Amino acid sequence: MKSYTAQRRLSLILRYILLVILAIVWIFPIVWIVLASFSYNDTGFVSTIIPNKFTLQNYIGIFTSKQFPFVNWILNTTFVSVVSATLSTLVTICVAYVLSRLRFRMRKPFLQIALVLGMFPGFMSMIALYYILKSFNMLNLFGLILVYVGGAGLGFYVAKGFFDTIPTAIDEAAEMDGATQWQTFIHIGLPMSRPIIVYTALMAFIGPWIDFIFSGIILSSSGNAKSYTIAYGLYNMVHATKGTSTMYFTQFIAGCVIIAIPITVLFVIMQKFYVNGITAGADKG
Amino acid sequence: MFKRKAKKPKEATYREVWQHGDLATKLSFFIMGFAQLKNKQWVKGLSFLITEVVFLIWMVFSGVSALSMLTTLGTIKHKQVVFDKTQGVYITKMPDNSVVILLFGVLAVILVIAMIGLYVANLRSVRHLYALKRDGEHVPTNGEDLASLLDKKLYGTLLAIPIAGVVAFTILPTVYMISMAFTNYDSKHPIGFSWTGFAAFKNVLSGDLAGTFFPVLGWTLVWAICATATTFFFGVLLAMLIESKGIKHKGFWRTIFVIVYAVPQFISLLMMAQFLDLQGPLNTLLLNWGWIAHPINFISASANPMVARITVIIVNMWIGVPVSMLVSTAIIQNLPQDQIEAARIDGANAFQIFRSVTFPQILFVMAPALIQQFIGNINNFNVIFLLTGGYPMNNNYNGAGDTDLLVTWLYNLVFGQTQRYNASAVLGILIFIISATVSLIAYRRTNAFKEG
Repeated sequence: MKSYTAQRRLSLILRYILLVILAIVWIFPIVWIVLASFSYNDTGFVSTIIPNKFTLQNYIGIFTSKQFPFVNWILNTTFVSVVSATLSTLVTICVAYVLSRLRFRMRKPFLQIALVLGMFPGFMSMIALYYILKSFNMLNLFGLILVYVGGAGLGFYVAKGFFDTIPTAIDEAAEMDGATQWQTFIHIGLPMSRPIIVYTALMAFIGPWIDFIFSGIILSSSGNAKSYTIAYGLYNMVHATKGTSTMYFTQFIAGCVIIAIPITVLFVIMQKFYVNGITAGADKG
Repeated sequence: MFKRKAKKPKEATYREVWQHGDLATKLSFFIMGFAQLKNKQWVKGLSFLITEVVFLIWMVFSGVSALSMLTTLGTIKHKQVVFDKTQGVYITKMPDNSVVILLFGVLAVILVIAMIGLYVANLRSVRHLYALKRDGEHVPTNGEDLASLLDKKLYGTLLAIPIAGVVAFTILPTVYMISMAFTNYDSKHPIGFSWTGFAAFKNVLSGDLAGTFFPVLGWTLVWAICATATTFFFGVLLAMLIESKGIKHKGFWRTIFVIVYAVPQFISLLMMAQFLDLQGPLNTLLLNWGWIAHPINFISASANPMVARITVIIVNMWIGVPVSMLVSTAIIQNLPQDQIEAARIDGANAFQIFRSVTFPQILFVMAPALIQQFIGNINNFNVIFLLTGGYPMNNNYNGAGDTDLLVTWLYNLVFGQTQRYNASAVLGILIFIISATVSLIAYRRTNAFKEG
């Protein structure tokens, strides 16, 4: 019996060692990003793990930079995120609720069309959207909001998976009592969907903070750095402005850390919903 | 789950409606909304009528010309100087802007289709009214009609705006791009271009782009398989490790890995590119430890293609394993324990249990999600674009590098030097065909698996 306990203990120790090694490997680059944001550097190239000299200058620099209007980027992105998160959530919840709870003639075709449309690479529509917005003179933050909200009608899978898990008996009971479908939606559907509303809204809020492709395509043509969103602005800082980019590289990292921390915290808090979403989408009906 | 409702017999045929209907009913075959107005359904009737009037006005003033120009995409293809007889001077004629012509042409086609749909809806409504009156039943009043929008027809009310959004921001752009694949829209014809049928397809499949398309397609498929398989397999293993007996603070360990996934990709991948640079910290560290004599060229322009491809797959594991870990954790926690117990009593060791009991069950639950991940990886733009940018460049390729996937190549064709918009549209269609085929076959197989 003693050898069994010893074996168990050995196995546990080995597993802990493995876990610690893996955790270090995984978290190491992230720690390096944070460390690099504090490093004093004038060559624009971070080649060390632990900075030789710590400084807060990068953080001060990014907020006072004339060339890169970081504060404007934050304001722009906040505006786009808040408006599009509100509208997208409304759209997504409506579509998900209808497709999950109500039965009508075009339901199946709609689900199939959504599936097929999702298989076209997003770029195709992106490039076309650029021309469409251009011919309507909408290559600005409002155009960007329209694009985000316009796509929300197809991003209903996670929310639909959630609604599918609520027993329909509740709706039927309400119907028996003479409630209209609208009343059922407002008084039963919506209150029960609070978790998924929060999830959808936060996801729609995060979207504009991390999207650099779409915002880049739409906003770059103005050539006005003040109109950028944060993700495109930061991306542009290292890529489009080759030559000066290395000079500001550590400032870029500081900017990234400022953005990454709240987004990361939000995501870690919501990971449970995220899993539910994936596994709910897994059993297709 | 839901039984298909027995098909109701048609209440009346259109022929009957036409023959026996009154004047208003007959008129509403041409002027939408007439029958409804006569039966005091003002709201419905007026909306039909106004839509038709607006549509006809639009047709006369711009719809017809938009549709007719769609056949040629504009007659003037090149900038030319012509003699204007009426003014007696030479004037420069700019080429017609085919991009705009095509856009408004597609828009016009969509509007016409929507109008036909509305016309059919109108006919149905007229037929319903006719049947109600013929059978002496109650004709819904305005109020009742409006109330049904919040009850029996709530789906229409809630879906109206989202569907408009989908049509405007997904269907219109997709149709627009698909039609671009049949033109010669490229850097040589940047303004005035014309229909060329399948010429662009031929170019990609057997012309000057074929030498790039097939190798890139091959790598895209290899990448998608490797990326999906590695993240899934190691995600499951990691989840098993964290979930195994005796490990404390499981939530804490999970969170450590999730952080990596949660950091926005444009940050983590751009920094990863820096981290793996020839002069980056990883090489410095390995040199200092004395593990390598020369810095390794992981992903830069002069890297070995094989090294770069392996690096991309490994970095993708860094990002993708935590997601698989999260999902498989959820599945592992819900696995029925009795089978595992039974296997253990029968003397199976941990590995055998994993191979024959746990893993197949996880695979079973995750199969549909894995197909989605596979499609997602075929279209995985971020990892390649941010990490390698397609590097190392391949001289045998036309505007693509060794790590470029079809989607990043598509991006290069549009925003790079070549500006081959038609070829990029063809690529988009081909990617769609590949994705659709894969998922069709896979879903069929998993469904068969489920039933069997």
